[in-house]
Amino acid sequence: MKLCVDIEKRLGDFHLRVSFTAEEETLALLGASGCGKSVTLRCIAGILTPDQGRITLGDRVLFDSEAGIDLRPQQRQVGYLFQQYALFPNMTASQNIRCAVPAKGAERDRLTAEYLRSFRLEGLEHHYPAQLSGGQQQRVALARILASRPQAILLDEPFSALDGYLKWNLETELTDLLAGFPGPILWVSHDPEECCRNCRRVCVLEAGRTGRITGMEEMLRRPETAEAARLAGCRNFARAVADGETVTAPSWGVTIPWKGPAGTWTLAVPAEAVRLGEGPLRGTVERVRRDTRRTALLVRLSGAEREALLWAELPPSADASPGTEVALSLDPERVWVLPG
Amino acid sequence: MDWYPLWNSLRIAAISTAVIFFAGIAAAYYVARLPRVIKGLLDVVLTLPLVLPPTVVGYLLLRVLGPKRIIGAWALEVFGVKLVMTWWSAIFATAVVIFPLMYRTVRGAFEAFDETLADAGRTLGLSNTYIFWRVRMPCCRQGILAGTVLSFARALGEYGATSMIAGYTPVRTATISTTVYQLWRTNDDALAFRWVLVNVAISAVILLAVNLLERRQRETAHVRRRMA
Repeated sequence: MKLCVDIEKRLGDFHLRVSFTAEEETLALLGASGCGKSVTLRCIAGILTPDQGRITLGDRVLFDSEAGIDLRPQQRQVGYLFQQYALFPNMTASQNIRCAVPAKGAERDRLTAEYLRSFRLEGLEHHYPAQLSGGQQQRVALARILASRPQAILLDEPFSALDGYLKWNLETELTDLLAGFPGPILWVSHDPEECCRNCRRVCVLEAGRTGRITGMEEMLRRPETAEAARLAGCRNFARAVADGETVTAPSWGVTIPWKGPAGTWTLAVPAEAVRLGEGPLRGTVERVRRDTRRTALLVRLSGAEREALLWAELPPSADASPGTEVALSLDPERVWVLPG
Repeated sequence: MDWYPLWNSLRIAAISTAVIFFAGIAAAYYVARLPRVIKGLLDVVLTLPLVLPPTVVGYLLLRVLGPKRIIGAWALEVFGVKLVMTWWSAIFATAVVIFPLMYRTVRGAFEAFDETLADAGRTLGLSNTYIFWRVRMPCCRQGILAGTVLSFARALGEYGATSMIAGYTPVRTATISTTVYQLWRTNDDALAFRWVLVNVAISAVILLAVNLLERRQRETAHVRRRMA
């Protein structure tokens, strides 16, 4: 079963135009906050109505502006895991699951008990959501969604508000619980590492626009747009001009060989690709920021056309202090020439 | 002491509160879903009786319910029923005056309701009716209860509009408030004072109930926040 989305929606100044197809897979929808991820999910679930376009799930049309089709959320069979789980606070864990079971009488009781068992919620049946831990709430929310027999599942930044340890445990558990789900799953996040752990393929969302779906690792290793590079953790960007043989970033004073169409491009360089100690570039260390994994240096380039700053990275133990003169070069293998 | 005014006041307050309970909830629910301009306009119209002097409300009601006015004449012709100067005329006056109290309190409770709960319910396949009665109403329960109690208290104390539309006829349209006024006017100070005590006692009990409700609401909100 495939989930095909091709919709447009205007909300004030914001213009959403997304188009992608999720196969029977966990597809990451990756984007910075405010880029339209939640709006996209709400349109798919039927909570918001797109201005135009088409959404299909398998052979069912959920929305088609031209044919005048707009199924109610109740008819769409699309599960939606909200950020704070949206459990009904006035119902117990058992009642929360039971209300979503599409069966009657004894069969309903049997299915509810079965979901409680398979989501390890025995003994918590009569607890209210406020009495459950974050992990237990997540299990109730997922049990409730799966009890409603969805054909696709949408996960809206499920871990955005959690600290590292809890996030790691809940993420691992969520993957296990979703492992048997046969339909498409959309995993919305702003964290590329989280997407990388849980999804094979990714669709980058930038200011309301979707790009091509690519492999997750490919997106992190060789991003295709400046936004993808930013999401992949790249911090150095510069306008660049290509002439067919080379590409030059005037603000950095850097020219590297590059075969491609002439024109204006964006040069993106991850901090790890800036080599210190040798090379044609000269600069002064302005700031030093250290954590357990790296020492990040902000270098002010001298001799460049304009004043320019560049982040470089050294091992955490490296010796560095502001004011030091350094020589540096860029690893040409890891410089990305991106459109825009 | 003739207890008719107490009984009359209680039944008028109870019936008008029962009517306004549903009308206020329905208005609060549907007005919130209207386009912004209409919502703003309707909000002003629905809240107006709260700020208008009750005598103005009484005057306007007489303009439509009087035996020679549109609705009054129609009721007289079709049902042979007079709409003013009977005990139940006071229900119209009281209902109009307390409607904004119910409407605004319930609207406040609905606005505090987390809409993602309703969205979640819909994606789970639950009907809008189910979500309304089983999720939205229970979550807003305390606000709705507080609104109902406040409305009932205000209904018991209604004087201005009631005296204009139902007048004061002993054992027919007399309420506590109109009785107190009448007794004071006729210099029956001792009896007036007794009715004042009855009124103060009822109002104090009601306000105590409202305070208890509000404290419980604060406590549950606090527990929810702490657990979240």
